Amino acid sequence: MSQGLEVTGLTKSFGATPVLRGVSFSAPQGGLTAILGASGSGKTTLLRLIAGFETPDAGQIRLAGARLADGAKIQPPERRAIGYVAQEGALFPHLNVADNITFGLPRAQRRARHRVAELLRLLDLPQNFADRAPQDLSGGQQQRVALARALAPNPKLVLLDEPFSALDAGLRAETRQAVAAALRAAGATAILVTHDQEEALSMASQAGVLQAGLLAQISPPERLYRQPASPALANFLGEAVFLPGTAAAGRVDCALGALAVADRQVHGDVEVLVRPEQIKVFTEFREDGVAARVRGVQFFGHDALVRFALRDGGAERDVTARLFSHKLPPPDGQVWLQVEGEVTVFGPRGKP
Amino acid sequence: MAARRPSAGLLAACCAASCLVLLPLGVTLWNAAAAGWDVASALLWRPLTGFLLLNTLLLMAGAVITTGLIGTALAWLTERTDLRGKRVWSILAVAPLAIPPFITSYAWVSLSPALENFGGALLVVTVAYYPLVYLPVAAALRELDPALEETARALGLNRAAMFWRLILPQLRPALLGGVLLVSLDVLVEFGAFALLRFRTFTTAIYGAYRAGFSGAEPALLSVILLLLCIACLTAEFFVRGRARYGRLARGARRRAPDYPLGNWQVPLQAACGAWTALTIGVPLGMILYWLAQPGDAATAPVAASFGAVAGAAWSSVYLGAAGAALTMALALPLGILAARHRGWMVTALERSAYLAQSIPGIVIALALVSLTVHALRPLYESTLLLVVAYAVLFLPLALVSVRAALTQAQPALEEAGRSLGLGRAAVLLRVSLPLAAPGLGAAAALVFISVTTELTATLLLAPIGTQTLATQIWADTSTLAFAAAAPYAAVMAVMSMAASWLLAGRFGAASIFATRQPA
Repeated sequence: MSQGLEVTGLTKSFGATPVLRGVSFSAPQGGLTAILGASGSGKTTLLRLIAGFETPDAGQIRLAGARLADGAKIQPPERRAIGYVAQEGALFPHLNVADNITFGLPRAQRRARHRVAELLRLLDLPQNFADRAPQDLSGGQQQRVALARALAPNPKLVLLDEPFSALDAGLRAETRQAVAAALRAAGATAILVTHDQEEALSMASQAGVLQAGLLAQISPPERLYRQPASPALANFLGEAVFLPGTAAAGRVDCALGALAVADRQVHGDVEVLVRPEQIKVFTEFREDGVAARVRGVQFFGHDALVRFALRDGGAERDVTARLFSHKLPPPDGQVWLQVEGEVTVFGPRGKP
Repeated sequence: MAARRPSAGLLAACCAASCLVLLPLGVTLWNAAAAGWDVASALLWRPLTGFLLLNTLLLMAGAVITTGLIGTALAWLTERTDLRGKRVWSILAVAPLAIPPFITSYAWVSLSPALENFGGALLVVTVAYYPLVYLPVAAALRELDPALEETARALGLNRAAMFWRLILPQLRPALLGGVLLVSLDVLVEFGAFALLRFRTFTTAIYGAYRAGFSGAEPALLSVILLLLCIACLTAEFFVRGRARYGRLARGARRRAPDYPLGNWQVPLQAACGAWTALTIGVPLGMILYWLAQPGDAATAPVAASFGAVAGAAWSSVYLGAAGAALTMALALPLGILAARHRGWMVTALERSAYLAQSIPGIVIALALVSLTVHALRPLYESTLLLVVAYAVLFLPLALVSVRAALTQAQPALEEAGRSLGLGRAAVLLRVSLPLAAPGLGAAAALVFISVTTELTATLLLAPIGTQTLATQIWADTSTLAFAAAAPYAAVMAVMSMAASWLLAGRFGAASIFATRQPA
């Protein structure tokens, strides 16, 4: 029997609007599963169903073998032993940090400030924060206290609802690391929903994408990014270059040359996905390079997206490469492009 | 804007206003001090003082408990449950604010003379004052972040535990602020208790004044009452200032889910209905009942002619308009100063105006009587003096609204006007005033309603021969001529409720709440 979370065929509508249309996945024990989705994709509803704040129309939720929801038959949230970290922390404003952390513990343990010191240490917060009011903490610190509070009763599962979205960029990275480290140290099973690709890909041991109420794909982050299940998914997960091509026997011919394909099963007319960071740019002629002309540069600081035009038979095509910003080609300059690594193709599968 | 120094004219106007407000306080303290230590201790160390103190404090404690429980329960029902017809119930819950307490008192006394005791007084203050708890608690319930409740449930709390450990603590500031306002109102109320023949400090002060004792006794009793009021107001000030938890979260507000009442729906509907019958049904019902009786049906036959009612109504309206005009004239400079300038002098002037909140109407009226009798004889029993008393009484009320209205006209908008080529006067005319106008209008309307329903100062200061609605109700009810009082009570209730309805429709229920901030 799995010790993690099992979700099967979860369906939920609000009035006539379907929000989840049969979501199934399992979250292994001790891992962090990230569910990515745009706003309105149903990711928060999924989390609230797991927490028990909403009742599913159909489908099952099991945690460590125990049935939490079977259609409309549900266990109330207070008996699920699932920790929940809301979008903006939801610290109790009338209680100090220590009382917030021990809120879910029995009275005697609340009096004794059970585990407060340990949890503050775990979340990398100073011990003297225990007596502070939540109002005096920064957004990131509030989120860490919220996680400490969720972890205090030793939950079987911790749910995180876009916990970093309200933080500014610098704080977000730092808080993210502290939270990921604390979850790992606690050995907690966790589910994080977010709309931030970077966050999902950097923190999770497996990541899934929720689109229009359906789980489009769930797999380890690297695989999700390199081999997405559809062009739409590829676009959602990051900057993508699409080119038409012809695939056969593990190779594909396209405007960027003959490239290695990850999936040998695909053949025929296909769409080729190249990630911009796979494209190498040379300012001197190379035999194995494809000639192109610089069209424009979008400068970000540490790196830049450079747009190129290249000839593909009679047509002219746009491709984009991500380059470190200290070696950008001159505007309008002539360059040669080369693709590193395997690419993903979308097209008919089967024997040629 | 804030850096500019206030002009000398503005400062002079503000100083004059705040001196006027502090004048009654000074006169009262002077009269009390003039009595000398021996007289004072002889007058104060009497069983009467202890009796009054006990009566007043017991009633305060009782009212705190009843209004606290009922106000909170009703707020919970209308804000957080699936009670049917919540909208209507929540309007009915604040409606008693539009009925002056001494009208409520008149209604109950005329229903049964058996209510002339502690129980009756507690009943009247409870039905009249519980909205002072209901409104802030309902507002606090609306502000609660549903994410907190969800988090608490995820941490394993059931509903009962959630109420005690999460919701009640968050309501505490609103609840405490509400019951402190109730306490203050119990302290300063005169008319309702006088009609019930229930003895508190205010009625004893009035009695001592009527009995023609030396100025010392009413002044000394006033000082004790003032101390109690200041204690309440100070506590309220701290509760309001310190305990605003505020939401930690920003961003879009989600509405908290309603708890289903299930089988309790019907009994609770009945309870709400019964409560409304007590709070609104009895006052309005008794007025209608006595209206239908012939004038001589009551114990003492005094017929009320149409002309007399119209005359009294005209006096009330006339005094209301004059009172509102003078009050606004005093409140405007103070409001401008408070909204646009900073510094210790600004704070001191503003605070002194708010201090008047803690001075009961009877104390202000008595001080003005004693001042004019001794020093300004021509002003005694003049309409001008009565209007000045109204201005002192209701300046804090007007100042709150005026200040809020002027703060709304942001300096940035005025600067935008200036940069578009308008002069200072043109900006005032075309930007500041149009922005502040609705708020200023609301302030004037609030003062108008308060003056027309005011009893205490009117009773003590009205020129001989001037009868208002309030003094007529007082006179007739005192002689048990309930039927004779009914037409006056009806006119006043209709005026007060119509004005409150208009104000609430335009500015929200909280605006009528302001009329019953202690004055």
